[in-house]
Amino acid sequence: MADPVTEMGGASAPLSSFELPAEARDWFAMLKPRVITLVVFTGFVGLLLAPGPLHPVLALAAVLCIAVGAGAAGTINMWYDRDIDAVMRRTASRPIPAGRIRAGEALGFGVTLGIASVIVMGLATNAVAAGLLALSILFYVFVYTVWLKRRTPQNIVIGGAAGAFPPMIGWAAVTGTVDVMPLLMFAIVFFWTPPHFWALSLYASEDYERAGVPMLPVISGARATRLQVVYYTVALVLASLLPWMLGYAGPVYGVSAAGLGAWFLIASLRVLWDRQDAAGVSLTRDAPARWAFRVSLVYLFALFTMLALDHVLPVPHLG
Amino acid sequence: MDEFPPPLSPVEATELRRRQRGKNIALLVVLIALAALFYAISMVRFKVS
Repeated sequence: MADPVTEMGGASAPLSSFELPAEARDWFAMLKPRVITLVVFTGFVGLLLAPGPLHPVLALAAVLCIAVGAGAAGTINMWYDRDIDAVMRRTASRPIPAGRIRAGEALGFGVTLGIASVIVMGLATNAVAAGLLALSILFYVFVYTVWLKRRTPQNIVIGGAAGAFPPMIGWAAVTGTVDVMPLLMFAIVFFWTPPHFWALSLYASEDYERAGVPMLPVISGARATRLQVVYYTVALVLASLLPWMLGYAGPVYGVSAAGLGAWFLIASLRVLWDRQDAAGVSLTRDAPARWAFRVSLVYLFALFTMLALDHVLPVPHLG
Repeated sequence: MDEFPPPLSPVEATELRRRQRGKNIALLVVLIALAALFYAISMVRFKVS
C-alpha cells in the first residue's frame, strides 16, 4: 500500500484534507493559470499572423488546446517538483505540497489533459500542430523538469524553449507548416525567458538554494547573474527587431520593438548597476530585479500585441 | 495487509459528500463541453470538406 505521506509529496496534511477531494480552485491552480495567460496570448498571435483562413471554431479549439496542453505540462511539473515545492516559500502553498491534492491524482489529471489536448488539436487542425503541442509538453516535462531543472544553471535557457512553442503551434494550426516568422517568434520568447526568470531568481535565490535547485544565482552568484540578464536582454532586443528587419512586420512593430526593447534594457541595466556588496548581493532588497521582472512581463505582452496590431493595421511592410 | 481507514466523523462525511457532488458536477460540465466541442469541430470539418 502506498505511503500516504510520500504520496502527498512529503508534506504533512490534516486528516480531513487527505481523505476528502480537493476543491475546484486547487485543480485550477494546478494548471498554472498565469503561465497559461502568456502561452495563450503568444499562441493566439501566432495563429493570427499565419497566412490563410481558419474557421473561428477551429481557431478557438486550437487556442483551447494550447491552453490545456500548457496546463497539463504545468500540472505534471507540479507533481514531479512536489518535494522541492514543499521547501520553497514561494511554492509551499501549492495544492500538492500543502496536502490538498494527492500526487497520484495530480499526475493522472495532467497526463489526461495532455493527451486530450493533443488529440483534439489533431482533430481540429492538423498533425503538425498536434505534434508540436505534444513536443512542447514532452519537452517541458522531460527535458526541463526531469532532466535540466535540478542539474544545471542553464535549466532556464534550454528549458525555456518549451514556453516558446505556442506561437509556432498557433501558426502551424493554420498553415500545417513551420515558416521563418514562427521561428522568429520562437526566438523572441526563447531569449526573453532567461532574463525574466533570472530577475526573479535574484530575489528568490534563498528559496532555490534551500531546495537544491541550481539556479544561476545559486551556482554562479548574483554578480554573474546580473551580467547574464543584460546579455540575454541584448540578444532579445536584437531578436525582437528581426521580424521588422526581415520584412515580416511593418514599422508599427519595428518602432514599438525598439522602444520596448530600450525599456527592458534599461530595466536590465538597473539590475546590473543595483547597489550591491562584493558578492553582488543587493543592498536594496533587489528592487531593480523586482522591477525588471514586472517589466519583462509587460514587455512580452506589449511586444506581441504590437506584432498583432502591425498585422491588422494597413501599413506597408519592407519585404 | 491493508488497514481500514478510520471512520469519518459526521462533519467529515457531510463534507466528503459535498465535495464529491461538486466533483461530479464539474465532470459533467467538462463532458458536456467536450461533446459540444467535438460536435462543433465535426460540423465545421464537414462543411469545410
